[in-house]
Amino acid sequence: MTNPQMVMYEEEFNQIQAIVDRLVREANAQVVFIIDKNGQLISASGETDQLDTTSLASLTAGNIAATGGIAKLLRENEFTTQFHEGERANIHIQLVGNRVILVVIFDNKTSLGLVRLRVKKASEELNSIFEALLSKVQDPNHETPFAEITDDDIDNLFND
Amino acid sequence: MSFINYLSREINCKIVYYGPGLCGKTTNLQYIYNKTNPEAKGKMISLATETERTLFFDFLPLALGEIRGFKTRFHLYTVPGQVFYDASRKLILKGVDGVVFVADSQIARMEANLESMENLRTNLAEQGYSLDKLPYVIQYNKRDMPSIAPVEELRSVLNPNGVPDFEAVAPTGDGVFETLKAIAKLVLTELKRGGAGGGAPPRR
Repeated sequence: MTNPQMVMYEEEFNQIQAIVDRLVREANAQVVFIIDKNGQLISASGETDQLDTTSLASLTAGNIAATGGIAKLLRENEFTTQFHEGERANIHIQLVGNRVILVVIFDNKTSLGLVRLRVKKASEELNSIFEALLSKVQDPNHETPFAEITDDDIDNLFND
Repeated sequence: MSFINYLSREINCKIVYYGPGLCGKTTNLQYIYNKTNPEAKGKMISLATETERTLFFDFLPLALGEIRGFKTRFHLYTVPGQVFYDASRKLILKGVDGVVFVADSQIARMEANLESMENLRTNLAEQGYSLDKLPYVIQYNKRDMPSIAPVEELRSVLNPNGVPDFEAVAPTGDGVFETLKAIAKLVLTELKRGGAGGGAPPRR
């Protein structure tokens, strides 16, 4: 199994966004987001206005990477779930299909049990979407917009 | 590993600054951060020790402009340079699209440069990457220090394959943006070719 470039198309994005939106409601969460293991934000929902989602994505991916490193040292495959409890905010981090990370931020309006239950269901759905996306990207006929880029296009980016 | 989002028309790439301890990786990012328009950058994150040595990584998200209607975003990371943080360095190399090796020009640090470069090769190989196939540039930093090796010597030792290389003084910014532009260009050129660092790395 290879780990190819991540590509997101409209169709899959809409499916993912629907799951993320639903998870916010059903888990009564503040924010839900999905990032890839390299720290790129894929999708977010909920009260994201006050959040620096780019930084959160990078740090969460770093956290998962560090935890994965610890797992390896302990000859575990992965620790797929993490939970951090704060005074006001809690964060539940779930590795989905060893490929993307599902993050739920919630307060005392809900419970860890409910979040876990809803995350489990969402994870399964997300996993199958990402599997399908993966096979689409691996299709040798899949097009990349960058084949048509010229050297001039790249140079122009750096003209001050 | 770059991330292409057709919906938001964005392309995201990951660049890692590598090099021996105290060579100026974090200083490169700090200079870029200070000199970039607020709308083109996100927050810079530094996970550092109390003595301001990088503990895990520095992170700086940067937007460079549009190509054919796609916004190009670069995520710049540094690794902790100190030898004993090797486990962390390996993690940060995951999904890398391009590498900047920051060398310390001081004669006394030559061995540290070589050791770090060897370490970079080893750690990349573990992820299934080859330094020879990955977009890669070298920066000879600290050109303002008193006991420095001549560039020709650094080049012959550290850059036998003749990848793009730059002299720099990171605190004043000399060579910093030249280095960044060179690696960003190589990464985009590689994307255009449709490759990524010598084949897909094995999944762990």
